[in-house]
Amino acid sequence: MPIIEAKGLTKTYRVFQKKDGLLGALKGLYRREYKTVRAVDEVSFTIEPGEMVAFLGPNGAGKTTTLKMLSGLIYPTSGSARVLDFTPWDRQDAFRRQFALVMGQKNQLWWDLPASDSFELHREIYSLPAAQFNATLNELTELLGVQKLTKQAVRELSLGERMKMELIAALLHQPRLLLLDEPTIGLDVVAQVAIQKCLKEYHARRGVTILLTSHYMRDVEALCSRVLVITHGKLLYDGELSGLTERFGDEKIVKLEFAEGTPDDLARFGEVTRTDEFTADLKVERVKIAEILGAILDRHAVADLSVQDPPLEQVIARVFQEGKDAHDAA
Amino acid sequence: MTPPELATAAPSEMEVPAFSMPVESNPAGFAATLRKYTKIFRASLVERLTYRADFLFSTLLRFLPMLTTILLWQAIYATATPDETSTPGHKRLSGFQFDEMIAYLLMVNISRMFSSMPGLAGGIARDIREGTIKKYLLQPLDLIGYLLSYRVAHKVSYIISSALPYAVLFFICRGFFRGHVPTEPTVWLAFATSLVLAFAVGFFFEASVGMVGFWFLEVTSILYIVMTLNFFISGHMFPLDLLPRPWSTILKSLPFQYMAYFPAVIFLGKVRGAALAYGLLLQLCWAGVFICLARWLYRRGLRRYSAYGG
Repeated sequence: MPIIEAKGLTKTYRVFQKKDGLLGALKGLYRREYKTVRAVDEVSFTIEPGEMVAFLGPNGAGKTTTLKMLSGLIYPTSGSARVLDFTPWDRQDAFRRQFALVMGQKNQLWWDLPASDSFELHREIYSLPAAQFNATLNELTELLGVQKLTKQAVRELSLGERMKMELIAALLHQPRLLLLDEPTIGLDVVAQVAIQKCLKEYHARRGVTILLTSHYMRDVEALCSRVLVITHGKLLYDGELSGLTERFGDEKIVKLEFAEGTPDDLARFGEVTRTDEFTADLKVERVKIAEILGAILDRHAVADLSVQDPPLEQVIARVFQEGKDAHDAA
Repeated sequence: MTPPELATAAPSEMEVPAFSMPVESNPAGFAATLRKYTKIFRASLVERLTYRADFLFSTLLRFLPMLTTILLWQAIYATATPDETSTPGHKRLSGFQFDEMIAYLLMVNISRMFSSMPGLAGGIARDIREGTIKKYLLQPLDLIGYLLSYRVAHKVSYIISSALPYAVLFFICRGFFRGHVPTEPTVWLAFATSLVLAFAVGFFFEASVGMVGFWFLEVTSILYIVMTLNFFISGHMFPLDLLPRPWSTILKSLPFQYMAYFPAVIFLGKVRGAALAYGLLLQLCWAGVFICLARWLYRRGLRRYSAYGG
């Protein structure tokens, strides 16, 4: 049985159109104009237990809105969802004991108190037995390497340390489902990698199902094999991360090394993205790869060559652009 | 005159919890709930003791207006025309002798000690505005139950720690109580019951007011109006009997009197027998009404929040 099953999830908002200036503000007092925004539009997908899935999309694509519906914070305008075999917006306690939502931009810990006090509070909220609570807490602080920081006031911690504490708080009740909204936002690379490592390790140990949104492709590449791409509320792609490059990246990067120096006629084969004395990078349409490689090998003494996918960032940027074009055209 | 809740509420009782405990929401048993309650109680007490100097001063400051009130009523009694119940040497206004009037105004402070809820409505509205209310949606935790358990512990520790200053005040003012302290245990029992019910009415009334935050972003002015009105119509300012006929009847049939007037007149022996039993029953009913109202508004508010915000 899938752990998340979303069918035609749709969320529309009525947004008040504020007019410019004082006159506009006065007009707004007695007559308001509203615009309907489809934040999430007929999104359907299923996630099986133990999967680690990334939600990709530009700002305002509907990722957070979808997470909010799946965690029961908001109702959909239409469509349905089953999460952990519950309807999330019924907010039954049995459901709320089994999942956690972490928002990278919001902190749930008491600001002025040591994290351990907040953990203690979580223990009470979820009524966790002391032995189980202590074992989980030890495991998590060790995993994240923050044993010494739990007694320090949260406001004195660095952003990365704070995020680790947020994660610990979210995992104390051993949720079966973890929803993460931008867990690494604003963190430096070292802290990002540390969070990724922890998530990966915890996932491997406990088999918890994780659905995360992130702006950082590094997070996604490091953690998830499956991605859901959403733009303008619509689900564009659901599948393997590698499949994304095949589906949307119709170009390949050919890296060439020449024995007798880089020739100057490369432009006729494709777009030269980089070149120096002995090496060059060529961007070539995928379908023409064989043909072009043949032609180059015929003409020049090639010492080494490799064919690579373009960086994921570029592919994603393209997917988003296509989504935007389609939206604008509609 | 400003309502004391707005002007001079003791800072120590002013703020919403920095550290607080949730209410039990799953069947973990009576023992666990009791343990939790003890924990809340201890935490609150520690919190209170940290600010004991501040607490002492603010309590003393609260009593200063009492002095001006006594002088004011002295002047009123000197010039006002006595009512028909007056006897020579015992001037009465709407059935209140001068010393009875001062005793009433002192007892009203006791009522308010139970029924006033500083920061409750504002705290709820702020949770809604700032989105911290999400916590109660994501975690197995009920907002109203959580606030109630916190408030009970807070009140208990507040009442215990202000017992001494109040004892001093009442000792100084003992002259006004001569002949007005109940002698029958049933009156004391009724008085205690009405104080507990005053807490319930006050808590769920203010919680209902706070839920307005689901519909309006800014509630400060609404809260101010409600609190100012309440000061007057609850009988905190003067006994409701002092108002001319239709008004006193109207105000006495509203729920607000149960937060100040009603417990005080029970103590002074002005309601007795069947009227007393009937009054307590009505107070209980009003507590029930506000419990339902707060719950209903919370449910409606969440529905709205979940539809538009989140």
